[in-house]
Amino acid sequence: MNAARVGVVTFPGTLDDQDAARAVRLAGAEAVPLWHADHDLKGVDAVFLPGGFSYGDYLRCGAISRFAPLMDELIPAARAGLPVLGTCNGFQILCEAHLLPGALTRNEGLHYICRDQGIRVENTSTAWTSDFEAGQEIVLPVKHGEGRYVADADTVSALESSGRVVFRYVGGNPNGSLNDIAGIANEAGNVVGLMPHPEHAVEDLTGAPSVDGRGFFTSILKKLVNA
Amino acid sequence: MARVIVDVMLKPEILDPQGQAIAGALPRLGFSGVRDVRQGKRFEVEIEGEADEAALSEVRKMAETLLANTVIEDFTVRVER
Repeated sequence: MNAARVGVVTFPGTLDDQDAARAVRLAGAEAVPLWHADHDLKGVDAVFLPGGFSYGDYLRCGAISRFAPLMDELIPAARAGLPVLGTCNGFQILCEAHLLPGALTRNEGLHYICRDQGIRVENTSTAWTSDFEAGQEIVLPVKHGEGRYVADADTVSALESSGRVVFRYVGGNPNGSLNDIAGIANEAGNVVGLMPHPEHAVEDLTGAPSVDGRGFFTSILKKLVNA
Repeated sequence: MARVIVDVMLKPEILDPQGQAIAGALPRLGFSGVRDVRQGKRFEVEIEGEADEAALSEVRKMAETLLANTVIEDFTVRVER
């Protein structure tokens, strides 16, 4: 059987694409580089939108990337069920593209936060979290200046009541996100975005605080193999 | 040619830590009597031809599509002079 193919998108200013590709390969899948300027998803089975400062965060984080040619292909594919994970800047892009509700704004306190962060996995029915246990607490690096999740009250209560708050900060909220929200999913559960970085927590060698990030990749691989 | 101004502000209910930091700095600099500061963005859009209703409606579309994120921001459009 051929290995599952996970696309990793690079925009100008993306930083974490190499770590993401490595994490995909460590999990046993093929990492397929996707270029922002191409109208081509190369037939991948899932897509990882990595972090960084695409387009220098000009205008708003993710605001320009959201209109990249690749996004013209990715947005309808995600709406049709293609699994997509966005971390950090990738999460910001998913919100700007309206694949996920709400927005990420300047951290409360204005500081850029870079630290190991406790996170609780609240929903294990998404494409990217099935290999975790409900309520499991994991540790992942966070590194961002604009990660404060905001949405109107109706949206937040809809997310909460439908279990679409997938990750919540524990042991201190780094950025002032509403309800300690660290990550959310779309209604179908195929599109997930979070501020923390699973792709930086897959190997002991790099001094990562954990290897808890592996669960994201083993989750999507199981889903793809069983599809 | 005409210049159209688009002002983008965070919605009132969205926390503006940058504005708060500025409001906090002003008294330290001796400016008293400031109750609040909100920080926003101003875009100067130069368009070809007259700033007629059709052109303004096009700028409003630009603002909605790209210049503002209407999930968290409001915008106003006006012609300069």
